Amino acid sequence: MNKHPLIIDKNTAAGALLKKREAKELRFRIYGILAITLAFGFLGLLLSSVAAKGYTAFLETRIKLPITISAEATSADDYFRPVQESLKKHFPEIKERAEILSMYALVSHDAEIQLKKMAEADPSIIGKPMEIWFKASSEADMYYKGRTSARLNDNQIKWLMALKKQGRVQKFFSTGFFTHGDSRMAERSGILSSLTGSIFTIICCMLAAFPLGLMTAVYLEEFARKNWFSEILEVNINNLAAVPSIMFGLLGLAVYINFFGLPRSSALVGGLTLALLILPIIVITTRNSLRAVPQSIRDAAVALGASKMQATLHHTIPLAMPGIMTGTILGVSRAMGETAPLLMIGMVAFIADVPRNIFSPATALPVQIFLWSNSPEAGFAERASAAIMVLLIFLVMINSLAIFLRKKFEVKWA
Amino acid sequence: MFFSRQRPGFERALRILLAAATCVSILITVSIIASVLFEALRFFKLVPLTDFLFGLKWSPQTALTADQGGSSGAFGAIPVFLGTFMITAIAMLVAIPAGLMSAIYISEYSGPRARGIIKPGLEILAGIPSVVYGYFAATAFAPFLQHLGAGIGLTVASESAFAAGAIMGIMIIPFVTSLSDDVMNAVPNSLRAGSLALGATRSETVKKVVIPAALPGIMGAALLAVSRGIGETMIVVMAAGLAANLTLNPFSSVTAVTAQIVTLLTGDQEFNSSKTLAAFALGFTLFLMTLALNVAALAIVKKYREQYE
Repeated sequence: MNKHPLIIDKNTAAGALLKKREAKELRFRIYGILAITLAFGFLGLLLSSVAAKGYTAFLETRIKLPITISAEATSADDYFRPVQESLKKHFPEIKERAEILSMYALVSHDAEIQLKKMAEADPSIIGKPMEIWFKASSEADMYYKGRTSARLNDNQIKWLMALKKQGRVQKFFSTGFFTHGDSRMAERSGILSSLTGSIFTIICCMLAAFPLGLMTAVYLEEFARKNWFSEILEVNINNLAAVPSIMFGLLGLAVYINFFGLPRSSALVGGLTLALLILPIIVITTRNSLRAVPQSIRDAAVALGASKMQATLHHTIPLAMPGIMTGTILGVSRAMGETAPLLMIGMVAFIADVPRNIFSPATALPVQIFLWSNSPEAGFAERASAAIMVLLIFLVMINSLAIFLRKKFEVKWA
Repeated sequence: MFFSRQRPGFERALRILLAAATCVSILITVSIIASVLFEALRFFKLVPLTDFLFGLKWSPQTALTADQGGSSGAFGAIPVFLGTFMITAIAMLVAIPAGLMSAIYISEYSGPRARGIIKPGLEILAGIPSVVYGYFAATAFAPFLQHLGAGIGLTVASESAFAAGAIMGIMIIPFVTSLSDDVMNAVPNSLRAGSLALGATRSETVKKVVIPAALPGIMGAALLAVSRGIGETMIVVMAAGLAANLTLNPFSSVTAVTAQIVTLLTGDQEFNSSKTLAAFALGFTLFLMTLALNVAALAIVKKYREQYE
């Protein structure tokens, strides 16, 4: 175990000094381990905190009620009335108006939409008694999921528990979280609109950034002569990579929206803005992979009569493709998580509908997370965490694809 | 395709296309500067530059109506910049020591196996979007800090510079680590071997040989990290607050340049109001600051790299 070939007596002055130096060495090493532990500990804390807060959003509490849609309700277009009548019948002892209202608040107004859809799809159910599962209101849902922050009063808790005893309250898998857009009602809001917006945005972004980035990189690496101009281009691209993302948002606002008059809040503008942001990433990674292709390949092609352009198009670029794809995918994952520039160009509005095309108002998944986490309602905070989980899963998938492609197609030059 | 003839005309056209694409990146930089500068100049017509740079009061919301104008002195940017600097300073206190120590551990101590675990782990940390960090800072770390502060009799605002800065610092750790790992790897092994052969311990070698040799590169990394912190948006928007308090207390609510830009530009307002123009003025100063830092950092790193190549 003796690290030193010279055996030094620990009791001499030199030995004491050595001991001190070794202690210092150990301490220094421990600082390094501590720094890494800090980073990894935080990563664990972040992920577990998000998962603990968010997983419940994939479940929703529902309440089963006996319902008869009356003809009066349909003619008055008040589809919440059957729910109210059912609850009143269920708890006949409640007489006071305020109490009755707080009882109604257990069931989500989603019931109204649900019943209306059912009645319109099949008018024969009007007047027939049925048993239907309705979404609980966000507060009841939060309470049933065990959130201490739920704002239910004692009576509401009592009624909810009474319903539970009769087997009328149960947790279901929440498909709504994936099939709904944003909503003012936490229990009705989902990620479909923002996820669609994100996908549209990424498509626009890649269509603009990939060809442009590839061409820039090929020119700089294969054709540009080394002179002051290529030097400026080089410095400029490296600088662009370090410009704060919010600046690209300001640019998008000033140029795309105010100058070119492209539709505000649209996925098109969002994609073009993010394209500026990831352009330097694509250029830098593409250049690196072009540089990794040995000069002998180009020389061989030229020696056999290919022009410089043919050598590049037929040999260098195809051989560099795995690296280029990896860099591009990393750019996509960067664009997918970017929020600040999208806030600037108005992709932050309340969007309930799923965007139909790249020109319609849209929002993106990270922006949706921002919007939900700003809301004081516990139901939205839960959804923000769940949306983060979805976003992180997407990012993990994208990055795994990049790693897979790199491992599978990487060309090792001896 | 492989037996195709050379087509000089087509190739020349393609070559010009490639060159044109390359010029787009220049165009982007120019248009960032031009568009932001243009709007900023319009702002400085409404509000004198000296008021903006030296004013101590920032309350753009009160200057909304036309008759109040900007000359009421509500556009003094000192509190906003102070907030940014304070948050960035806190972030750097976390990121630079932790990032540097991790880099030292990775490049000087760990074996290839540990390195193979630590580097991807840090890449995961680097790949998490900043909105997630912001969410964590606002919903988990800030309340925790407030609770902790209450326990020891310290008033901590629900949105504080410390909460935003500390989490931002952790976000920047992987950035500092990977940059300084690169520069330390560029230090020739002969220097290390020489030091170790003279009987220095590993830590002495790191402190007296590797770090001095890599210092310019590490400085460059630190400058890039500062630039990154100044420009970071989502964490400060979500965790630092919007009240422009002129304070040096890290536990009170402060605002930052990026947070103000976001607040001024989200929501429906006239594009030409002094409020939106103020956002561009802030953006322009932000751009100048980060540009200066980046140019300096990249120049240092580049010069240093050539030294050992």
